Amino acid sequence: MNLWKDFSNGLIKENPTFRLVLGTCPTLAVTTAVFNGIGMGIAAAAVLIGSNLIISLIKKIVPNEVRIPIYIVVIATFTTIVQMLIQAFSPALDKSLGIYIPLIVVNCIIIARAEAFAAKNPVANSIMDGLGMGIGFTVALTIISSVREILGAGTFLGMPLFGEAFEPFLIMILPPGGFLVFGLSIAAFNKITSLRKS
Amino acid sequence: MKLGLIIISAIFINNFVLSQFLGICPFLGVSKKIDTAVGMSIAVTFVMGLASVICWAVQIFVLDPMGIGYMQTIAFILVIAGLVQFVEMVVKKTSPTLYQALGIYLPLITTNCAVLGVAILNIDKSYNLIESLINGVGAGLGFSLAIVLFAGVRERLELAPIPKALEGFPIAMIAASLFSIAFLGFSGLFSGLL
Repeated sequence: MNLWKDFSNGLIKENPTFRLVLGTCPTLAVTTAVFNGIGMGIAAAAVLIGSNLIISLIKKIVPNEVRIPIYIVVIATFTTIVQMLIQAFSPALDKSLGIYIPLIVVNCIIIARAEAFAAKNPVANSIMDGLGMGIGFTVALTIISSVREILGAGTFLGMPLFGEAFEPFLIMILPPGGFLVFGLSIAAFNKITSLRKS
Repeated sequence: MKLGLIIISAIFINNFVLSQFLGICPFLGVSKKIDTAVGMSIAVTFVMGLASVICWAVQIFVLDPMGIGYMQTIAFILVIAGLVQFVEMVVKKTSPTLYQALGIYLPLITTNCAVLGVAILNIDKSYNLIESLINGVGAGLGFSLAIVLFAGVRERLELAPIPKALEGFPIAMIAASLFSIAFLGFSGLFSGLL
């Protein structure tokens, strides 16, 4: 029961992207296509689960003063592993995500969950938290990238959706479209959750 | 000539915040007042310049000769974390008011992706030492320009009547979107030369 609560927390109630507004850089940068959005979401989720697991295991032996550098080294290690896996298994994804793969190390979601959750909770709960937050992040990236790809390129996962006559809103896959879609998605999320409460 | 192109490209054409999406967290977090935005941008520009030089040296003199290029992410983030600690100590000693104003965002420069981003981009583009330094400082100035201008806009947004659902982050994102459109205007500049 408790595990389920930790898992579901990241999906809606504390969704890292829409509710906590963490990890904004990859959210804006890679969501030009659905494939990239899902790829980044899964990569970040893998790092998050791994780092939550290790940090929860070592929480008793880490001195309080140097905990942040230690967390960063743990996260950087998992990021490097994920980067090497992506390079080996999906060179196309590696090429389109580019510099944003090593930058997972400075994704605030991961360090925030390490500090706020994994450092205080048992291993099983920390893994569930990482899983929930990772899925919440992936779903958010998928929503934003779907809007941007459909409007900006007229395709979904590379498949054309509309006829020849469709003129794509090029602005949506350019940087301004990223800010606009992200801002409006947070507003929509706030509106929906406040309607559900009342 | 090339150095001039690098600096103009880093500030305007490939502005880190508005066209490359690096350093968005402090861009949204510290841009509520112009004073704190100025303090933050000075600290970030300084750290970015230093980090560019030191990370370049680490890559060329340590990682490359030993053939451990895959350790790049870990090595760079440790260098940056150390640098930020150093800057924090200096600011605390020299200007307690600025230290108070920057608050939590000073240690957060470590997780500012713009700093790690510029260090990795310098290596990816195989810049030499001087070019790395110029690119680092230029990117820092670009970040400063964006955040200070944006703080001016947000100070006015505070007073504007905004629908409930759009308050806070959403309206800031929409304002940033308009900003980004303005910066798109620079994108054709020097396209023949770069």
